[in-house]
Amino acid sequence: MKTTTPADWKGILVVGELSNCRLQPVSLELIGKARELKQTCPAVGDVAAVLIGSGIAAAAAELAITGVDEVVLVDRAECALFHNDLYAAILKQIIEMRKPAVVLFPATARYQDLASMLGIRVDTGVAAHCVDIRINEKAEILAVVPAFGGKVLGDILCPAHRPQMATVKPGIFRQGEPVPGHKPKLTVFDAGSVIADTLKKTRLVALDTSSCAVPEGIPLEKAAVVVCGGWGMGSKENWALLGELANLLGGAVGCTRPAIDEGWMTDESTMIGTSGKVIRPKVYIGAALSGSSHHVCGMKDSDLIISINSDPRAAIFAVSDIRIVGDAKQILTGLIERIRAIRSA
Amino acid sequence: MGLSIAVCLKPVPDPAHYDKIKIDPVKKTVVREGIPTILNPCDKHALEAALQLRGPEGTVTVISMAPPNAEETLREALAMGADAAVLLTDRAFAGADTWATSYTLAAGLKKAGHFDVIFTGTESADGATTQVPAQLAEWLGWPHLWNAVAIEQTGETQLKVKTKAESEWSDYQVSLPCLLAMSRESNKPRLTSLMGVMKAKKKPLTVWCRPDLDVDDAALGMQGSPTQPGAIFEPEMGRKGTLLGGDADEIAVQLIGKLRSAGIAIETGDVCAPGGGGI
Ligand SMILES: Cc1cc2nc3c(=O)[nH]c(=O)nc-3n(C[C@H](O)[C@H](O)[C@H](O)COP(=O)(O)OP(=O)(O)OC[C@H]3O[C@@H](n4cnc5c(N)ncnc54)[C@H](O)[C@@H]3O)c2cc1C
Ligand SMILES: Nc1ncnc2c1ncn2[C@@H]1O[C@H](COP(=O)(O)O)[C@@H](O)[C@H]1O
Repeated sequence: MKTTTPADWKGILVVGELSNCRLQPVSLELIGKARELKQTCPAVGDVAAVLIGSGIAAAAAELAITGVDEVVLVDRAECALFHNDLYAAILKQIIEMRKPAVVLFPATARYQDLASMLGIRVDTGVAAHCVDIRINEKAEILAVVPAFGGKVLGDILCPAHRPQMATVKPGIFRQGEPVPGHKPKLTVFDAGSVIADTLKKTRLVALDTSSCAVPEGIPLEKAAVVVCGGWGMGSKENWALLGELANLLGGAVGCTRPAIDEGWMTDESTMIGTSGKVIRPKVYIGAALSGSSHHVCGMKDSDLIISINSDPRAAIFAVSDIRIVGDAKQILTGLIERIRAIRSA
Repeated sequence: MGLSIAVCLKPVPDPAHYDKIKIDPVKKTVVREGIPTILNPCDKHALEAALQLRGPEGTVTVISMAPPNAEETLREALAMGADAAVLLTDRAFAGADTWATSYTLAAGLKKAGHFDVIFTGTESADGATTQVPAQLAEWLGWPHLWNAVAIEQTGETQLKVKTKAESEWSDYQVSLPCLLAMSRESNKPRLTSLMGVMKAKKKPLTVWCRPDLDVDDAALGMQGSPTQPGAIFEPEMGRKGTLLGGDADEIAVQLIGKLRSAGIAIETGDVCAPGGGGI
């Protein structure tokens, strides 16, 4: 098998994600981490971010504040719709020309797909869904990845292949301190011939894209208070209590997987955990959920964790600051009534 | 004309029991004793999609790279309605990352015959890398789509496929042969009937080992994997929890106090201190 000479590979490349020409926050989170890695190991080289899309100059300008050293732009009409074969072909060229030591991708539906493809196209390893990334003085990356629904974490290394690639879910890393007035170098990548070649050969045609219905209210990842319900809520009527409380507290409702299966929540984007969102609100209130590792992975870094469960041995209590053993319906109703009383006083 | 379809299935330890998984403090290995092996939940959706698309003259072959006891899981898939099964098993395949797994699966599929469509799940419950589908398609040089929610056959060699990303649906047209990783939302997998179980006993299940495949030894198993595992550990979870006592109303009063100290203005529902979402 092919091995590479690690010393020939330099710099960190962050693949930024756009959706509808809008920069996704995960791009900024990855740049934040990349800058941290560079600070720990300056020898790794500069941090560059690449953006692919159409009509994305404004989004690219938004990256300046992150302190990224260079922005590589592929702004082409052919890239308006996400097309995995096309985007992967462009990224392959960019990676082969620039030879970055590290490439970071969002672990989102579309961009984890690109990372996977590039693992084969450029012949290297990809650490999936990292929850932490560290670097040593030789610019070798150690990625921490979850297994068994987050019950186990493992270190992943990529000793002999370059670049070292990793994917990271939105919400795992924090955006770095803003760098006002910073002007990154702007490189426009000429993707004309790779686009023409790929579109001639590809057997995939991107037809159209449409936005999913956005659930009302504040998105989960932006809410200061998240009221999350689990299977033990038992019925649609009881489920409505979560919405009432979230409304009173200016928060959002989240859920575990069974609530989706039961149809109490219809939008998968409200699910918290390994297959859902990773959130870090000021206050998380978990009602009638057991605290499976799949779910805990997505909320354990919340500032204040309050949980209500009728079973004193529920696993969720091990990650909670405030534990209430009792019936969720009664506790939530009591709390809602009290808040209402205060409001009307 | 029916389609020739393959489905990639992975036997996994039952995710309902992951809370019991421990790390052996001495050997530093994952202890998963007593946890039953099941068919990866997502892969049932892949199999269901295949059975629906097959048509009266088509065939569905299921394939797995797994330890020898995976035969049981493959029989289950045959009982659901698949026509034939292939198990790739050899010590040389052990410890493979997604690169080496997809390489080995690709070799097995090439040997198993000509396929029009390969279905996979979106993620395995244990490893959950989500990478095998795209990487397998790359080894085969086929187009693929990940997280497909709907499929429509629009021509003899053409499918229209809807995929879902976090907040967007996309429509694609793809020509066969292609690989599709099916979303949990795409269908409701059928249940196994007793009749199915009986029939499954007579269906062919082929086992191939390392010498049966046209593969490069240096690309197999852990030694062929570009990523290498290091230490494993359990995530830090512990918090010193305070237990609130009393009846529902007394608890409500205490909770309101806690919410106030966390910066939530109970009178208005506003947040006093900045925060939320890490943005
Ligand atoms: C591949 C895979 C990925 C997954 N990803 C996710 C994910 O991202 N997010 C996720 O959440 N799940 C995920 N799951 C599912 C996960 O494994 C658990 O099954 C799920 O989180 C359990 O949800 P729950 O806690 O609501 O239900 P349960 O585990 O059934 O817990 C219900 C709890 O409610 C309590 N209870 C019952 N009645 C009451 C009452 N009246 N008052 C108070 N408490 C009560 C019970 O004591 C119990 O603890 C995934 C599973 C798989 C296989
Ligand atoms: N060892 C394997 N044998 C057969 N199929 C597999 C194997 N590993 C992964 N897959 C397929 O790839 C999908 C994604 O798995 P993963 O990349 O491990 O998250 C699964 O849903 C399976 O369909």
